[in-house]
Amino acid sequence: MCGIVGLFLKSKALEPQLGSMLSQMLGVMDDRGPDSAGFAVYGAGDPSTVKLTLRSDGGERIEGVAAALQEHLGQDLGQDLGSSQRGSHLVLTIPKDAEQKVRDWLAAHHPEVRVVGAGSRMELYKEVGLPSDVAERFALKSMSGTHGIGHTRMATESAVTTDGAHPFSTGVDQCLVHNGSLSNHNGVRRYLERDGLTFQTENDTEVAAAYLTWRMRQGIDLKSALEACLSDLDGFYTFVVGTESGFAVVRDPIACKPAVMAETDDYVAFGTEYRALVGLPGIENARVFEPEPAKVYVWERH
Amino acid sequence: MSTVDLAVTPLRELNAALHKLNGHSNDTRWEVLNPLGKHAIAVGIDAPVTVEIEGHVGYYCGGMNKQARIVIAGNAGVGVGENMMSGEIHIKGDASQAAGATGRGGLLVIDGNASARCGISMKGIDILVKGSIGPMSAFMAQAGNLVVLGDAGEALGDSIYEARLFVRGAVKSLGADCVQKTPTAEERETLAAILKRGGCDDISPDEFRLYGSARRLYHFHIDNVSSY
Repeated sequence: MCGIVGLFLKSKALEPQLGSMLSQMLGVMDDRGPDSAGFAVYGAGDPSTVKLTLRSDGGERIEGVAAALQEHLGQDLGQDLGSSQRGSHLVLTIPKDAEQKVRDWLAAHHPEVRVVGAGSRMELYKEVGLPSDVAERFALKSMSGTHGIGHTRMATESAVTTDGAHPFSTGVDQCLVHNGSLSNHNGVRRYLERDGLTFQTENDTEVAAAYLTWRMRQGIDLKSALEACLSDLDGFYTFVVGTESGFAVVRDPIACKPAVMAETDDYVAFGTEYRALVGLPGIENARVFEPEPAKVYVWERH
Repeated sequence: MSTVDLAVTPLRELNAALHKLNGHSNDTRWEVLNPLGKHAIAVGIDAPVTVEIEGHVGYYCGGMNKQARIVIAGNAGVGVGENMMSGEIHIKGDASQAAGATGRGGLLVIDGNASARCGISMKGIDILVKGSIGPMSAFMAQAGNLVVLGDAGEALGDSIYEARLFVRGAVKSLGADCVQKTPTAEERETLAAILKRGGCDDISPDEFRLYGSARRLYHFHIDNVSSY
């Protein structure tokens, strides 16, 4: 099963409500994926800094990492180190050019800490549990932003773990959620590994995310990268993808997994089922449509 | 008329009330408010009543319907009218995938478009789509008529048995064993009757092309033709 929700705001006035809208949508999708949930939100940010969303392998709160980083890498971080705790996840804001140093330091001194996402604006949270509880624990409701995507997971092929929860992020400000299952992910993973990409899990969805990262690294845009998915990824998929400025949807050529969208002057919304969209403002007059199979839909912020 | 507001009344109560109608009630008109995309609204009715649903519905709306006339003032989710036996379902918006799947009788009218697999495995139902239909429609369709005023997507009528597919617009491609046929006088009458029932009697049956089975994939025997 699994459920996906996504929201891309056109109206600036709605930005403070992004979290509450997304949270409500995610909660409706509880029964499509009660195992675990996750979401990514594109909020405030500065192009000269990068936000690293961290979580501990054991799921407990990460304490003291920010202070230890400041102590050991203070020179590199300058006065820019910002840290904020949200549920079990810690978001560090660091100068962009210090990212690799921080990652290396974390890997050496805190192997239990995982970087779940990195971006100038993107923050990414995921955890095992009923999606509405997960949203509550991370206080999604209180978040503001321009766009966000969320996922409720009913695991079919691998264990119910936070590692296996979506979204997956394999590039700066990039994230992807997936409903379906890929059948050629092992082959694609091996190919991408040879080309220098690294993977944190055995999950098929992470391969799809990495595939897009790889394609966009070649210099092609989000739309073309998703079009390439149609020929290179085999299996069932509805993908919803976020980038710093973009929001995209694609379904496999037989549209195996359900999807419905709504568009108004104020927003574009995605739901696995229409139920997820009924709480949105002005939904009764929205253009409600089903994205066509094998067609890439992209919205960009201007 | 009974009005049920699904924002207040649990869906099970509505469906239980509709199931009790069979032959015992003068309450022949029902209005359903705030369907909010809920699944399985008005499934399993077996009574000559009219149910008007004001808004978008979720999966399997009007499934297994017998006798009732169900009007949906909105879009319908996956599998609207699945396995319907008789009566009529009229969707004023678009329908999602597998509209009228396995339907055995009655009339399904979709004013907008229907997406993939419309009429999959249909077994006697008549489906009239005023817009276009998605790919893989009428897959393994066994009997009944699918009438499309617009276009049809890829692989129309793949592995079709004895259903008839009338398409007015373009067909992207035909599925395995599906071929264009010359309609008989009887088939043209059937088409005209469906157009009339769906309020499209201003459209001439001559504007449609008929597609059906080449009968190379299954063991068709002419002696059995009356069973379809």
